Amino acid sequence: MEKVDITCIGCPMGCQVTVELEGKEVLSVSGNSCPIGDTYARKEVSNPERTVTSTVFVEDGEKVRVSVKTASNIPKAKINECMEAINKAVVKAPVAIGDVVIENVAGTGVNVIATRNVGAA
Amino acid sequence: MTYYDIVIVGGGPAGLAAAISARKSGIESILILERDTELGGILNQCIHNGFGLHTFKEELTGPEYAYRYIEQVLDEKIEYKLETMVMDITEDRIVTAMNKQEGMVMYQAGAVILAMGCRERPRGALNIPGFRPAGIYSAGTAQRLVNMEGYMPGREVVILGSGDIGLIMARRMTLEGAKVKVVAELMPYSGGLKRNIVQCLDDFGIPLKLSHTVVNIEGKERVEAVTIAKVENGKPVPGTEIRYTCDTLLLSVGLIPENELSKSAGVELSPITSGPVVNESLETNVPGIFACGNVLHVHDLVDYVSEEAERAGASAASFVRGDIKESSGKVIDLVATEGARYTVPTTVDVDRMPDLLTVRFRVADVFKESYVSVYYDDERIMHNKKRIMAPGEMEQIILQKKKLAEYPDLKTITIRIEKD
Repeated sequence: MEKVDITCIGCPMGCQVTVELEGKEVLSVSGNSCPIGDTYARKEVSNPERTVTSTVFVEDGEKVRVSVKTASNIPKAKINECMEAINKAVVKAPVAIGDVVIENVAGTGVNVIATRNVGAA
Repeated sequence: MTYYDIVIVGGGPAGLAAAISARKSGIESILILERDTELGGILNQCIHNGFGLHTFKEELTGPEYAYRYIEQVLDEKIEYKLETMVMDITEDRIVTAMNKQEGMVMYQAGAVILAMGCRERPRGALNIPGFRPAGIYSAGTAQRLVNMEGYMPGREVVILGSGDIGLIMARRMTLEGAKVKVVAELMPYSGGLKRNIVQCLDDFGIPLKLSHTVVNIEGKERVEAVTIAKVENGKPVPGTEIRYTCDTLLLSVGLIPENELSKSAGVELSPITSGPVVNESLETNVPGIFACGNVLHVHDLVDYVSEEAERAGASAASFVRGDIKESSGKVIDLVATEGARYTVPTTVDVDRMPDLLTVRFRVADVFKESYVSVYYDDERIMHNKKRIMAPGEMEQIILQKKKLAEYPDLKTITIRIEKD
């Protein structure tokens, strides 16, 4: 049996939640003071996900960088691979908010999209 | 001198929302003055997500949130000037500004909305001993360098202060390949959101040391090492020092409303918020000068800035049109005490307040299983239990006009935090 300690982010209480696991099966969740903690902890041990935000180099733009994000959450374990792809990417101005900058980043099925406009220089 | 019905100082989230609200209230002649090269203010460098959950029911990044408002300003054809620095505001609402194209220009405003935002507390305000080498940045400056200019301020980083900007920058620097060695926080609790502690520190194994501060900075040309120590009763404890070799120290040690211009206009400031003292209409002691956003008091969420700015915009519009409601002159004072630090606004004119008035405040400490109590003079009329309240998060109560009308002799409304 494995024990995982998680800080719940549901509210400022920040309950220390302990999840007991047998392989991938959750045996118990304790330490939470409301149902939000239970749901959050189960999700965190099975499939933690994050939105990644960063910037990408812009060629011939009025700005040198354009801010970007993954269009939805990606698995937490894919964050580094996603950042490597973002750091290699170059886009040519003009870029519009919502434009796809990288398709299917790190094989997640999620696109990286621009979060601002950058006009041509 | 050019006349505008409303001149707004600052084109960040507060200024934008105030302008749109004033236009929706029927004011045609509006001018936004912004010193940066683009509208949007600090949101442009806050590329992380989590903005707009209250306003738009979705999670946006800072630039996306700003764009929702910039688009409306463009659609409404609201006039704005960029790279224009306001130099002075007078009591009779003459706004003096400067830019490269026009030199010095003066505007007579029917009403002025202060929306200048806030600044970061610098190293000079902290009394940290040690040398003064390169490599010491406020977290927001580092954020601008990384996210907008495309520069990395350093490779090995110590962060002092666990406010949200410091936490966000710990993650940002890590994702860009830097090693963040520790985040030290003077207080026994973090001023940042739990979500940021988990997703910016825990996710990357960055230690957070509470009740710790920086006691030495080494390095003559560039930061070479930073020593932190445990703090008890406001003093570093000898023997608890830990030395970290690093090339960069980021400071995330608080924000201060930027009110130099307000002072020149004779606006009275609160010693607690460092922002203007305002009434129910978000009007300062100087008639026709209104304030909203972080220049009024530092907010936790931009959503509340937008909401507050909409009220300031609508109030300024009423002032310009001269249709402010008649008042019998009866004004109730709002007082924060015993755990509550301040209120915004600080006075309420019952005749002029809306049916429901949101009063925002902050608590002075972490309170668990405590009550927000509201007293009408000596009578307790509200007693709401909260599982937790923390200084990093704004609290609010809502005053009902109907209810206040039942207390014609009421002089003071007091907010207290009570254990039972």
